[in-house]
Amino acid sequence: MHVLVLAGGLSAERDVSLRSGRRVAEALRGERPDWEVGLTDVDASLLARLAEHRPDCIIPLLHGAAGEDGALRDVLQSLGIPFVGSTAASSRLAFDKPVAAQLVRDAGLLTPEGVAMPQSTFRELGAAGVLAAVVDRIGLPMVVKPAKGGSALGASIVHNAADLPAAMVGAFAYGDVVLMEQFIAGTEIAVGIFERDDDIVALPAVEIVPPGELYDYAARYTAGTTEFFCPARLTEEQERAAQAMALNVHVLLGLRDWSRTDLIIDAGGRPWFLEVNVAPGMTETSLVPQALSAADVRLGELMAELAEAAVSRSGR
Amino acid sequence: MTTGGSRLDPWVDSYAARAHAMRASEIRALFAVASRPEVVSLAGGMPYVQALPVEMLTATAHRLLTERGPVALQYGSGQGDQTLREQILDVIGEVGITAHPDDIVVTTGSQMALDLVTRIFCDPGDVVLVEAPSYVGALGVFRAYECDVRHVAMDDEGLVPDALTDALAACAREGRRVKFIYTIPSFHNPAGVSQGPARRAEVLRIAQSAGVLVLEDDPYGLLGFEGEPPRAIRADDAEGVIYLGSFSKTIASGLRVGWAVAPHGVREKLVLAAEAAVLCPSNYAQLTVSEYLATQPWREQIKTFREVYRERRDALLESLQAMMPEGTTWTIPAGGFYSWLTLPEGLDATAMLPRAVANLVAYVPGTGFYVDGQGRQNLRLSYCYPEPERIREGVRRLAAVIESELELAHTFGTSHALTEVTGTSVPAPDLA
Repeated sequence: MHVLVLAGGLSAERDVSLRSGRRVAEALRGERPDWEVGLTDVDASLLARLAEHRPDCIIPLLHGAAGEDGALRDVLQSLGIPFVGSTAASSRLAFDKPVAAQLVRDAGLLTPEGVAMPQSTFRELGAAGVLAAVVDRIGLPMVVKPAKGGSALGASIVHNAADLPAAMVGAFAYGDVVLMEQFIAGTEIAVGIFERDDDIVALPAVEIVPPGELYDYAARYTAGTTEFFCPARLTEEQERAAQAMALNVHVLLGLRDWSRTDLIIDAGGRPWFLEVNVAPGMTETSLVPQALSAADVRLGELMAELAEAAVSRSGR
Repeated sequence: MTTGGSRLDPWVDSYAARAHAMRASEIRALFAVASRPEVVSLAGGMPYVQALPVEMLTATAHRLLTERGPVALQYGSGQGDQTLREQILDVIGEVGITAHPDDIVVTTGSQMALDLVTRIFCDPGDVVLVEAPSYVGALGVFRAYECDVRHVAMDDEGLVPDALTDALAACAREGRRVKFIYTIPSFHNPAGVSQGPARRAEVLRIAQSAGVLVLEDDPYGLLGFEGEPPRAIRADDAEGVIYLGSFSKTIASGLRVGWAVAPHGVREKLVLAAEAAVLCPSNYAQLTVSEYLATQPWREQIKTFREVYRERRDALLESLQAMMPEGTTWTIPAGGFYSWLTLPEGLDATAMLPRAVANLVAYVPGTGFYVDGQGRQNLRLSYCYPEPERIREGVRRLAAVIESELELAHTFGTSHALTEVTGTSVPAPDLA
C-alpha cells in the first residue's frame, strides 16, 4: 500500500504540522515496513505529483486553514483519492468554532456563550460600543480567539474590559473573524476519538495543567512546560461524561475516523465543549499520542487501521 | 516541580536557569511559514552565495582534497591555520588594520569569537554596553553568559557619543564595571547605519578615557556601496579594541570561518577558550578559504557581491519610497544587508507579523534586537537574498499589511496584542 502523509502548508501551524507529519509517517513505517509511506508538503506541485504517483490513501495532517477547513479534503474528494479523517463538509463545520459551538449548543450540550464578529462590525459600529455590549452579554473574564485556527494562536483571556481592544488586535492578527467566549474556570482536558471495527472509541481524557492561565503556543510546544495527567484526575463519572461529550460531538458533526475534542470540567464536574479538531496535533508534546499511549494503542497501528479503512470504504 | 503528572521531558528540573527562556515561540512558528517560496522573506540574513562561481569552488574543493586531504581532514591548531592567518592580514588591511599573524585567532564564524570573548571577560551580572538596537546573535551570547546588557542610543551615524558617555557614567555611579562596548560601526545589523570617521574617533576616545574595551564587530565592512571601505576602529587602537571579522558575507557563510584580532593577553586566553570549546576550527573550511584567497580574485568577487547587494538595496529603497504609508520611515544603508523601518505611530511590528505572513511577506520584528522590550514600532528588512523583483513584491505586500494594521489600530485604539510573545523572536540562520 502507498500512503502519503500531507504536512506543512502555509498556515501559522506549519511547523506543528510538519512535526505531526514526521511522527505519523515514522510510526506508520515502523508498523507496516512493507508499505510505501511518503511525507510531503502541500504546494502548487502537489496535484501534478499526485497524478504522477497516485497514492492509495492520504493522511492529511495539515493544521489550520486549508488543512482543517475542508478545502484540501474537497480536492481529494474530487480526485477520488481515499483519505483518513473527516469529509470536507464536516471539517468545515468543525473548523469554524462558532458554527461548531452552535451545533453543539443546539444539541443540548453545554458550551460557553459566545459571540463571533468580523473586524468590519467593529469598524462600522464603533469598537467601544460593540465591546461594551459583548461584555454586558458574556461578562468577564472572557476568552478572545480567532474563530478559526488552532494552537491557541491569537488567543487570550481577558479579565478587564480595558484589555479587550488589545485582545481583539491579537486575535484579528490570525483571522478575519473573532470569537469572544464566556470563560469557564475548571480543569482543561482533551478527549481523543477514533473509529475502529465499526465502533467509535473514546480515548482516556488527558488533563492539561499549563504554567499560566492560558495553554498557549509556548506551553503547548515546549517540552517540560505543561504538566499532563493521563488518566486525568477526574472521577469516573466525570471521565465518562467527558468521553460521552466527545463521542456526541464526533457523531453530531458527522466527523469520521478520528477527532479530538477540547473541554473544560467546571467546579460542579460538568463538561463544557470548547472546540473539536479534525487533524489533531501528533507532535511529541501533543495530546492524542499521550492518550493512545495510556490506552495501550500504538500510533502506527491506529494510523494503519484508519488508512486501511479509508481504502476499504472507497471500494478500491 | 512536577506533581505526579508528566511534563514530557524527564530532565525538566535539571536545566540551568538560563535555559528557561529557551521556549517554543509563535514568532518562530511564523518564520517556518516564511521559508516557503510563496512568501517573500525580508526576514533572514542569508548571503546570496549564488553569486559565487560554482565551478571555481568545485575546483578548489577538489584540489584541496586531492592534494592536501590528510591535512584538511585532520585536527588543526586552536589558533587557526598559520597561512590563513597571514592571508587574513591582507583582508583586514582593506579596513586599515595592520597586525601580526599571531594577533589573529580563527574561529567558527565570528559568532564563535563573540562567544569566546564574552566567555573570557564576563561573569554573570557584568555590564556590557550595546547599541540600541543591536545584533540579535550577540544579544543571545550576552544573555547566555548572564550579562547585564544595557542599550545605548543610536542616531543616523550610529552610537551616540553623549549617550555612551552617560551610560558609562551611570555604571560608574552604580559602582559597576563595564566589561566592553559592543559595536557594529559599519552597515549596522539591524539598523543599517554607519559611523563616520569622526564618530568612530569619538567613540574610541570615550572608551579609552573610561578604560573600557571596545568589541568591534565588522562582518559587513567590505560590503559598502560607495567609495573605500570604512576604516576600522581597531586600525587606531591595537590595545583597546578586539576586532571581529568574517568570511560569511565575503565568501560563503556555510564555511563558518571568522576571526578575532586581539591584543596579546586577550588572544592567549581566546586560544585556550577556543580549544576548550571546539578544540580547533575546521581545518577543511580554513584550507578552503585559504586556497580561495590564494588562487582566486577575491577582491573582484567582493565587488560582485557589492553590486548584487546595491541593486537589491536600491530596489528596496525605491519601493519603500513609492509604496509605504505616510508616517513610515526607514534608514538608508550605504552597505551591508539591512534597513531598519519605523512603523507609523502606535503600530506594533510583533503583533502585525501574523497578518504579514498570512499575506506572504515576512520581516523580523524590532523587539528581537533589544533585551528590554524596545523596538515594538520597528522591524528589520533584509534585502540580501531575494531578487529585486521579489523585493518589490514583498514591499507591496508589506505596505498593504501596514495599511490594514492602521485600520485595525484606528478601530480598536491600539495595535498592541494583549498576550506578550515569549521565547525566541528571530529566525534561525537558515531562513532566507
